[in-house]
Amino acid sequence: MDFFGRLTLDSLPFYSAIAASGAGVTVLGGLSVVALVTYLGAWKTLFGEWLTSLDHKKIGIMYVVVALVMLIRGFIDAAMMRSQQAIAYNNDGYLPPDHFDQIFSSHGTIMIFFMAMPFLSGIINFVMPQQIGSRDVAFPFMNAVSLWLTAAGAGLVLISLVIGKFSTAGWTGYPPYSGPEYTPGVGVDYWLWAVLISGIGSTMSGINFLVTILKRRAPGMTMFRLPLFTWTVFVAAVLMIFAFPALTVACVMLALDRTLDFHFFTNAGGGNMMNYINLFWLWGHPEVYILILPAFGVFSEVVAVFSQKRLFGYISLVLATMAIGILSFTVWLHHFFTMGSSETVNSFFGIMTTIIAVPTGVKVFDWLLTMFRGRLIFKPPMLFTIGFLVTFVIGGLSGVLLAMPPVDYLMHNTTFLIAHFHNMIIPGVLFGYLAGYMFWFPKAFGFKLNEWWGAASFWCWIIGFYLAFMPLYVLGLMGMPRRMEHYDIASWQPHLIVAAIGAFIIFVGIICLGVQLYVSIRDRKSAMDVSGDPWNARSLEWLTASPPAPYNFAVLPKVQAIDAFWDMKARGVAYQKPAEYEPITLPKNTLIPLLVGGTAFVFGFAMVWWIWWLAIATLAFIGALIVLRSFDDDPDFTMPASTVQAIEDRRYEQLAKAPKNEMADDPGYAGDPSPDPLPEGAR
Amino acid sequence: MSMAGAADATLVRPGEAAETEEKAFGFWIYLMSDAIIFALLFMTYLVMFGNTAGGPEAKDVFSLERAAAETFLLLVSSTTFGMASIAAARADRERVVMWLVVTAALGLGFLFLEFDEFRGMIAEGAGPQRSGFLSAFFTLVGTHGLHVSIGLLWIFVMLGQIWMKGLTLPVLSRLYRLGLFWHFLDIIWVAIFSIVYLPGLL
Repeated sequence: MDFFGRLTLDSLPFYSAIAASGAGVTVLGGLSVVALVTYLGAWKTLFGEWLTSLDHKKIGIMYVVVALVMLIRGFIDAAMMRSQQAIAYNNDGYLPPDHFDQIFSSHGTIMIFFMAMPFLSGIINFVMPQQIGSRDVAFPFMNAVSLWLTAAGAGLVLISLVIGKFSTAGWTGYPPYSGPEYTPGVGVDYWLWAVLISGIGSTMSGINFLVTILKRRAPGMTMFRLPLFTWTVFVAAVLMIFAFPALTVACVMLALDRTLDFHFFTNAGGGNMMNYINLFWLWGHPEVYILILPAFGVFSEVVAVFSQKRLFGYISLVLATMAIGILSFTVWLHHFFTMGSSETVNSFFGIMTTIIAVPTGVKVFDWLLTMFRGRLIFKPPMLFTIGFLVTFVIGGLSGVLLAMPPVDYLMHNTTFLIAHFHNMIIPGVLFGYLAGYMFWFPKAFGFKLNEWWGAASFWCWIIGFYLAFMPLYVLGLMGMPRRMEHYDIASWQPHLIVAAIGAFIIFVGIICLGVQLYVSIRDRKSAMDVSGDPWNARSLEWLTASPPAPYNFAVLPKVQAIDAFWDMKARGVAYQKPAEYEPITLPKNTLIPLLVGGTAFVFGFAMVWWIWWLAIATLAFIGALIVLRSFDDDPDFTMPASTVQAIEDRRYEQLAKAPKNEMADDPGYAGDPSPDPLPEGAR
Repeated sequence: MSMAGAADATLVRPGEAAETEEKAFGFWIYLMSDAIIFALLFMTYLVMFGNTAGGPEAKDVFSLERAAAETFLLLVSSTTFGMASIAAARADRERVVMWLVVTAALGLGFLFLEFDEFRGMIAEGAGPQRSGFLSAFFTLVGTHGLHVSIGLLWIFVMLGQIWMKGLTLPVLSRLYRLGLFWHFLDIIWVAIFSIVYLPGLL
């Protein structure tokens, strides 16, 4: 028995130049962050005000930071794949197969679990409690634990570059290939434990969001007055609660197969590998909607604000969201039509898959009709929304094609599929989150992001997207399988070169995002948002200051209509100074969630390398931390009314000085509010 | 009855008190999520029931007497926990402690029987590595056992908190959620008995 399990010096990446440079970049990246924080003398601020914070807004911002870092890492993987395939006609290219397989596995894993999920949780955390007129989420402590478990999972993926290797089994990790017999190393284990640990965090986030929406709404904020973003979060939270257990079960079973020699998914010994694939997609398909519904919510907010109209078809959008939520549990088998189910089963899932396109189509029409006769303002979030609408419809159509089992038999595992799901997820999910990032950035930091660089980023993203993925549709029709490290068919290469150019243009788009952030911080004085309402917007998060006070609302708003803030502005009561303030109770900062996350990271590492004593010790330590927290009956502090008063007085002073809203000057402003599309009874 | 009704007016109900209701509700949602985990483990067990790979079948390794004894211990422990909850609602600290200790003893007895069953099966070559069927059995029943172990630890933590803090509202709220957890495990066990042991033996 080794003290360090199967961890040896050979696990360091000195066996190949590419692996070593990947490790070098990771280590240097980490060190430069440490150096930067030290240089700025910011350790105390970082720990005292951010890493130990239970404030939902700070947790949200930290999630988005994780997401943006992982976006860069996931994109580097994508760029490596595109460049490899562009040159690997009749030669081996520059990536050996083992390395190429690790890259496509980590690309998918990172983009779904550690880019999209944290981006989603971050935006929800920041926005949703403010939208419903709440001071925090229902369980702030658990919220921070979720964040740090997600970060622990991301850390495991990152460290797999430095110590050992990552999985070569794709982001879905299908057995028997991912089982102990065919892939004995640590790669799949890194994937498993990263996914498991962050998945537990996601389940807890789902519970938190659901309870917050059901229990923490401001007075008068009935369910059918919720902003549409909050509605989509509500449905996504339900999906998180009921779908993530399937991922947990599938991963635990695979981990038992790999570490303790169980026979869940093995070839011999009575295993049933189809069970894994069913369980995985029983989570996997709802997961697609977990990712995309909140993005639909962002688009719904953005399109109404930048069309200066009430959202068209509010009720139909809510119903469509709920329909998608339910239907999302009835389509999972379309991910493996070719695996030999009967034609009856395949037909059922094919039909359900076609049906789920209907509520999505309803939404597209609602967004279009919101723009119809609106006064459109083409700020970057709106550009991303329009780009989404056009592009997403194309992806939806290719999805309806794939929903037909006979067609799927031809297209399965070709690049047509790759083109299809990137065509859904890049415009549908990523554009939504980027639109949300640019839309709510001024709320988080008090100044707007530079619009020129935002628009530049948008154009690079959308042009790059079309160049990178339209050729993959063609290649799929030409019969090119996914995940090819090299090939010998000459007619494929031109398409792959175009796709690589597309990836390069997306790279420029990512650079533009970085420049945008830099320029905006540098020029922040000229783009300050002192009113808290930079876009002349409609929902309650714009009632708070930018950045909001720790308690968001000094006095909880009284909601009387859909578009609560717009309604308050119309009635002239949005900025009424209350007669007096009351003390406000808020959660105290605590180190425990960070410790739980850090320990979970070490636990995952110990499980990957079979360092059993360390795994037991870390698990016991996590248990002890939770018990310790349970003894704390005083986790909150009360901000005295005088402090609230001081903060609010400063806010009203600023408001008095605030310039008139640039968007309120638009002549369309006076014409609103547009006629209420709802019957009186529905309000 | 009228006297009981009068006493009821003073009962503490952490599931309904404004400060703790949100936590109770959140815990219900967690239980629903956990129920999905068990549902999928049951599904897997049923799918793999026949996958014995030439190894022992259900009727070779299960014992009705033991399963009946385990069921008895766990069902009675649910009743005794109910008694603890009633005592907690009446703010009767000593009885809460007494009933919690009885519950923990019954839970320990259950865990002992289950542990002994697992040990015996592994010793006679019917461990989880033997076949897909046994992998599914050990994982399903073991996951339940793991939950019971966590429930037991939780009972001990609550005993410590009652001893240190008394029956304050936060303590009562935790006790209430522990009750939900404990009864939930009882329901899961009823399903295990009816889906795993009975069909396996009959």
